[in-house]
Amino acid sequence: MNKEEILTHLPYSKPFLFVDELLSIDENGSVGTYTYDKDLDFYKGHFKDHPVTPGVILTETMAQIGLVCLGIYLTATAASGLPGHVMLTSTAIDFMKPVFPGEKVTVTTEKVYFRFKKLHCNVQMTNAAGEIVCKGTISGMVTNKMNG
Amino acid sequence: MIAIPFQKENMDRSSILSKLKVIVANYSHDKDALEYLSESTDFIKDLKINSANLVDVVLDVEEEFDIEIDNLAMERMLNVSAAIEIITDKLKAK
Repeated sequence: MNKEEILTHLPYSKPFLFVDELLSIDENGSVGTYTYDKDLDFYKGHFKDHPVTPGVILTETMAQIGLVCLGIYLTATAASGLPGHVMLTSTAIDFMKPVFPGEKVTVTTEKVYFRFKKLHCNVQMTNAAGEIVCKGTISGMVTNKMNG
Repeated sequence: MIAIPFQKENMDRSSILSKLKVIVANYSHDKDALEYLSESTDFIKDLKINSANLVDVVLDVEEEFDIEIDNLAMERMLNVSAAIEIITDKLKAK
């Protein structure tokens, strides 16, 4: 399954799709980018008159590019060949820098293990200047069904 | 007196159980069930461990006992007594 096919298997759409492009993907990890549209609804309230991308959205972006794209790739290339669904099960993220409306970020994921359907990854997000915005670990269960 | 080297094959059920208790303590969400952990304790129903953390329990078991758990064994590993059976079998097969 190539990068473009993976994107078509993502179960998200606007305004909750946080992947623009997959730059690379293989069995060990993925790299992808996303640019936060300044008109995204949550900027109106986070924060009042001072829009900053919420940490949960940064986490979601890392989960979509890292965990979900990689989970789809790993299941699609496995013996059964069916692209699975990824259910988020845990996150541990440290945030270093704010991400403002209109910024483009790059997410890099490294698979730690994929065993018994659990995918555990190290993830890192960098901004256009190459500075680390946030990093940590994310894991999920890769299943055949949408709700586990 | 001859010292008998510690052998994992000789590990009895109660010592496996006490090692398991240390492992599951990291993932359990029920203090009472953990404190009174017994062979009939169910990882999911009693200890409230979710499926993702059950995988971590199994990975920790592999490391602690230096064994490999396959998919079939994983599916059976839902309570303490099943876990002890599986660990005992794998240790014997080493």
